[in-house]
Amino acid sequence: MILDPRQWVAAHADYLYGYAITRVNDEEQARDLVQDTFLAALQRVDKFEGRSSERTWLTAILKNKIVDVYRKKSSGLKPVAINDPDMEPDKFFEEDGHWLIEHGPKAFGIEHEDHLEKKEFQLILQKCLAKLPVLWKAVFTMKHIDEEATETICTEMKVTSANFWVIIHRAKLNLRACLQKNWI
Amino acid sequence: MSYLKRIIYNCKKATLLIEKQEMGRLTLREFIELRIHLFGCSFCRLYKKQSLMINEMVKELFKRSDPQRSRLDDGFKKELQDRIENLLNDNS
Repeated sequence: MILDPRQWVAAHADYLYGYAITRVNDEEQARDLVQDTFLAALQRVDKFEGRSSERTWLTAILKNKIVDVYRKKSSGLKPVAINDPDMEPDKFFEEDGHWLIEHGPKAFGIEHEDHLEKKEFQLILQKCLAKLPVLWKAVFTMKHIDEEATETICTEMKVTSANFWVIIHRAKLNLRACLQKNWI
Repeated sequence: MSYLKRIIYNCKKATLLIEKQEMGRLTLREFIELRIHLFGCSFCRLYKKQSLMINEMVKELFKRSDPQRSRLDDGFKKELQDRIENLLNDNS
């Protein structure tokens, strides 16, 4: 496997852009990330060992750059990100830990397959995801989409393992509540 | 509150354990506690179902990238191509 940088734009630019935009939600930033990825890759062409495909190799470089973005975005607001009063789990539960009546899960009613409904549901899901604090969304995405190991996420995002579970738990509680509120 | 009652009442903890279970990280004790809780709590049974569904749907959402949105415009691509060519030529 030999790298062919002259073909990179034609072969991989759209793919990398798609990968970036779903994760950073900002067209300008996604473009910059694609450009930075190619430029960084050019500088380490000699380090490519041919064990993975060209695309996999480029995607790995892009992934690191996205983690940098997450880190930068979340570093200034870390204490807020974990303790956002609007998103505290205590909002959903009684003191003894039982669901508060108004927040108890209700059926979404999309358990049966309906294409159109599903599409609408996904739109709401997208909006609900966007409402999560940056750090939560980053951790959630890295875990569920990129299927990164928990230890890797903790190291890269500089969160403790205890906080990792706090974030994963709160992200899901709030995402689910947001869906219930906006869908039913 | 008795130990059993604490398990049965604590939906807040159960929802955390559901999350841990999805990632395969429960101790035997946690596993048993969650089983007992879910047996008696229809809210959390539904929560668990929805939680798994959300995971699946988020995955789908990210994999199905919108073709219109996820295409770079040709002008930008050309600039990028030129930059790469220039850098390659400088080095050779």
